Amino acid sequence: MISLFTAEGLAGLVFLFIVAVTIGGALIAVNSIRLPRAITGLAISFVGVAGLYYFLNSPFVAVMEMLIYVGAVCVTIVFAIMLADPGDEQRVGRRSAIGAPVAFGVGALLFWGLALLGINTMWPAAAARVSDGSVKDIGHSLVTTYGMVFELISLVLLLAIIGSLVLARAGRSKS
Amino acid sequence: MILSEPWRLLVFVAGIIAFIALNAAYLVWLERKVAGHIQRRIGPKEVGPFGLLQPLADGIKLMSKQLLVPKGVDPLLFKVAPLLVLVPAVMSFVTIPFSEKLVARNIDIGLLMIFAFASVNVMGLLLGGWGSNNKYAVISAARAVSQNVAYEIPMLITVVTMIMLTHTMNLNEIVIQQAGGVWNWHIFANPLMPIAFLIFFICSLAETNRAPFDLGEAESELIAGFHTEYSGMGFGVFFMGEYANIIIGCGLATILFLGGWQCPFGILPGWWWFLAKVYFLIFCVMWIRWTYPRTTLWGLLNLSWKILIPFSLLILLLTGAMIKVWPLITGAS
Repeated sequence: MISLFTAEGLAGLVFLFIVAVTIGGALIAVNSIRLPRAITGLAISFVGVAGLYYFLNSPFVAVMEMLIYVGAVCVTIVFAIMLADPGDEQRVGRRSAIGAPVAFGVGALLFWGLALLGINTMWPAAAARVSDGSVKDIGHSLVTTYGMVFELISLVLLLAIIGSLVLARAGRSKS
Repeated sequence: MILSEPWRLLVFVAGIIAFIALNAAYLVWLERKVAGHIQRRIGPKEVGPFGLLQPLADGIKLMSKQLLVPKGVDPLLFKVAPLLVLVPAVMSFVTIPFSEKLVARNIDIGLLMIFAFASVNVMGLLLGGWGSNNKYAVISAARAVSQNVAYEIPMLITVVTMIMLTHTMNLNEIVIQQAGGVWNWHIFANPLMPIAFLIFFICSLAETNRAPFDLGEAESELIAGFHTEYSGMGFGVFFMGEYANIIIGCGLATILFLGGWQCPFGILPGWWWFLAKVYFLIFCVMWIRWTYPRTTLWGLLNLSWKILIPFSLLILLLTGAMIKVWPLITGAS
């Protein structure tokens, strides 16, 4: 038993808090009726995930998680909802009778499979990791090992930009 | 006295919150004084000498007011939104170096972290506007977001240019590189940098919703924008967040371009230089606010997409060429 007032004890407490934030945010996102609240829950969950990354000693990924998922994805979603309908009672679809049991079944199956995988896999020892997750390492592997993937992602983004430009331009007349 | 790390951090965060609150109060006073003198008035003068006690009176007034939650708002989001504006600002201050030693946490990716938290700020405005269930607030939030998204791009491109020049995202190291006098500041590093500074400054004006880009709270058309429905400290916290963001914007401009806590003559570097430069920039922000009329939404978005983004991209390209191609031509290593 580790005492609470040591470095390990505090770290464990912080870890539990981060996990609670992640799961709590996800629960809010799934269970709330109003869409803006659900997105707030999603944002809270993302902050929790960023905390997990920070806890795993990769602050760069944590910061990127905040920047991209909270700052860009969530804001885009809220913005889309806002443009769609500024009415207040924007309720999500009706519950069906078989929805909950099926969802529970799928969730349990996933949990069972992942747990089995996690237990049976031979995990490499901590010392065998390839890099220390610093910005320099990530940058190096992005332009060397994963250069192709990096370029492909930029192509996908370019396509998305061109596509949205075409869509936005479609409704416009020359006048 | 040397404190252990958690306690040191706690003391720093408490200090940062006090700094933000005091600054919000007295920047309002300064804003009213500057506005008054620019418009040939005196500004606040009744409460205390030069009206210096006015912010305290205003603060007590705000705190003693009822926090009214109107019917029909989303009570939870309505209360959370002001905090979502203020808390990221407090987090950003954690990594801003006031002097070489006076920094709560010297993080290697500090620059990136500030932008990560600054992007959460928009979320607060959006949820505040949405949660208010008020048409003016919703329009204002939509404007604020389209503005923030548009101006984040040139700002980040300029910052990428700076990172290429400095090779680090650690704010303290960026300041240390600029030691030794005015001519070593990054704004004079090469002929492109003054333009980059201008772009950065304009973008930080727009990001903090300041005039002439304060379309989000254009009082003549939108009452008070996203904080129309807020009363008492709900409004007060929004205001504190706004002024904290102005300090962060001016602070970043100071750190990236104007040498941070370095002295212009190379003697006695310290937090006083940092604060002097920051307050000078804040004064410029106010000066601009009371000099220029508000732009239109079209003008605002056109300025970003058609002028600032192409120019910042050009600066990025030229800086890259200067760093990589120029040494090849001249044969220097």
